[in-house]
Amino acid sequence: MKITTKLWIGMAVLTVLSPLGLFLPEHFKAGSAWGEWDVDEIENLVGYVPKGLARLSTIWNAPMPDYALKGWEEKGLPHLSLSYIISAVAGIVIVSALAWLVGKILAKKGE
Amino acid sequence: MHISDGYLGPPTSGFFYAVMLPIWAGASRIVKKTLRVKQVPVLAIGAAFSFVIMMFNVPIIAGSTGHAVGGVLVAILIGPWAACIAVTIALAIQALLFGDGGITAFGANCFNMAFVMPFTGYYVYRALTFKTSADSNRRVFAAGIAGYIGLNVAAFLAGVEFGLQPLLHHTATGQALYCPYGLNAAVPTMVGEHLLIFGWVEAVITALVVRFLQKQDTELLVNTSGGK
Repeated sequence: MKITTKLWIGMAVLTVLSPLGLFLPEHFKAGSAWGEWDVDEIENLVGYVPKGLARLSTIWNAPMPDYALKGWEEKGLPHLSLSYIISAVAGIVIVSALAWLVGKILAKKGE
Repeated sequence: MHISDGYLGPPTSGFFYAVMLPIWAGASRIVKKTLRVKQVPVLAIGAAFSFVIMMFNVPIIAGSTGHAVGGVLVAILIGPWAACIAVTIALAIQALLFGDGGITAFGANCFNMAFVMPFTGYYVYRALTFKTSADSNRRVFAAGIAGYIGLNVAAFLAGVEFGLQPLLHHTATGQALYCPYGLNAAVPTMVGEHLLIFGWVEAVITALVVRFLQKQDTELLVNTSGGK
């Protein structure tokens, strides 16, 4: 088996395991990463919402915020983990296709 | 350490876009000269690996979360310039599609995770593996150390970028306009978390994959291109 095939299998395993990245922080009540709080969390932490932060924080509406499908955010952990896996698959496909395309355009010919 | 929109003032965001533009241009120029056609699949896998490994949030009990980035591993396999492109693509999709890391902060996030991290880790690895064979144990340890140092340098920079904001932008009454925490809070927290927990995750992952490749196919460990 080619080494790249083995690495892709590894990637599939990581995809299936990816909800661990959701469960573990949830289980240990770890909260947000430092500096990645939303506006409400900031207000709880420092007592006010910095004005510029409030204005800029809504500049972009991502289609799948926090690796969750829209409308599934409140449906509990099974739905969240499924949308986490779907996000991982979508991300891996898009990222690797883009990188492959950029690589194809840039790579030296004839070797 | 994905900086979100709103945490950096526009001057800081603009500064890092300005810094990254020539780096991206240089990366595509150098990769054009050095990347071999058969390395393209590794570039694609490297970018995807960096994307998915960042989804593995590791908790600090009742505190915070963080994750590995994979930037040093990708640099070991395809060189730091190609790694810069790979991690930039991963960060772009995270920001655009999943709102992980800001659009305005994209330049800064790329500077930390797609530029400084792979380059630092790559040169640490190169220095530690000087004149070693591709299957030597030293390479495994070197990869771990390089991953650890690379992630921590990136975390330090993110801490500085966060921490400068209250100094640069505040109201007359002293309220911050963007990130409300100064250097005295941001730098020790970012660096502390990564020195204690997340750096070790990066180290173990980087070392394990290098060990796996030594067993499977050392070719990927000797064909590093770019930045030589």
